[in-house]
Amino acid sequence: MSAIPMKDGLNETKPVSFYDLDEHEHPEGGSTMLGFWMYLMSDCLIFAVLFAAYAVLGNSYAGGPSPKEIFELPLVAVNTAMLLFSSITYGFAMLSMEEGRQRVMQMWLVFTGLFGLAFLSIEMYEFANLIHEGAGPTRSAFLSSFFTLVGTHGLHVTMGLIWLVTLMVQVQKHGLIAANKRRLMCLSMFWHFLDVIWIGVFTFVYLMGTLR
Amino acid sequence: MSDPHAHTHDAHADHGHGDHGDHASHGTRGSYLKGFFLSVILTAIPFWAVMTGAFKDPSTAALVVMVFAVAQIIVHMIYFLHMSGKSEGGWTMMALIFTIILVVITLSGSIWVMYHMNTNMMPMQAAADM
Repeated sequence: MSAIPMKDGLNETKPVSFYDLDEHEHPEGGSTMLGFWMYLMSDCLIFAVLFAAYAVLGNSYAGGPSPKEIFELPLVAVNTAMLLFSSITYGFAMLSMEEGRQRVMQMWLVFTGLFGLAFLSIEMYEFANLIHEGAGPTRSAFLSSFFTLVGTHGLHVTMGLIWLVTLMVQVQKHGLIAANKRRLMCLSMFWHFLDVIWIGVFTFVYLMGTLR
Repeated sequence: MSDPHAHTHDAHADHGHGDHGDHASHGTRGSYLKGFFLSVILTAIPFWAVMTGAFKDPSTAALVVMVFAVAQIIVHMIYFLHMSGKSEGGWTMMALIFTIILVVITLSGSIWVMYHMNTNMMPMQAAADM
């Protein structure tokens, strides 16, 4: 009984509303960066699961080769350098974008793409070598989890490269419009994020695998 | 009721775009180079340590390598991903902390449980081998 007058009282002044009635302006793409960050965090969880699988299965050689026998650290070091270089060139591309220098930005993006391509080529070469030596993903649980983890990272880099080329074409066609800038910033986060994941890969898989 | 509301909206409309621009600012050439050189050092030392076998004890080496990795991840977060407690009103940091908690639970939980299972199952396997 007592709740009804209260409700009536509210109704007299203003209809009860459970959501924001007046649509307010959101700048287009205003929440894109936060949304993309959420995607990156969920991607982080995918990698966490793959890392966990590798941590559990990394010792199960099934009589096959151990990490020490198959990992070539100099190659991994070169690979790491490639990804690090591509990170800094992408950073410079973003600086050029802020300055509105489209030509310079495109040049830095080309460098980024080439470093990314070099990274992928070295990884493919490493994978091909391993499979050729009979250390393919079917050899042991260790190698299955290794190929899944490192391969998933490589797949991300491949997608990043396709995305990079797409955006370069977009910028060439439409210039540095707000939408393109936003997309370039998303790719920037994606690219740097992949470098962060690679830190985990070379530390956890390659360096600690060699130590074992 | 609607007056202060409208006021905040106006304020948002006025500053909103500028704020987003500020957030999206991508540091300076100097900060990128600083992050890059820190990363190079933080990468080179663990590679050198493992490749030359500078540490006799593997577990010490593993610990050192892991400390360098964590340091480098923090460097990347700050200088390349421009993380700070203030970006997007603190929500990116909130999401990051939540993710880190989940990652830690996933990793430590998997390793812990599976290690115990391995040790508990081992005698059976040893018996089967005999």
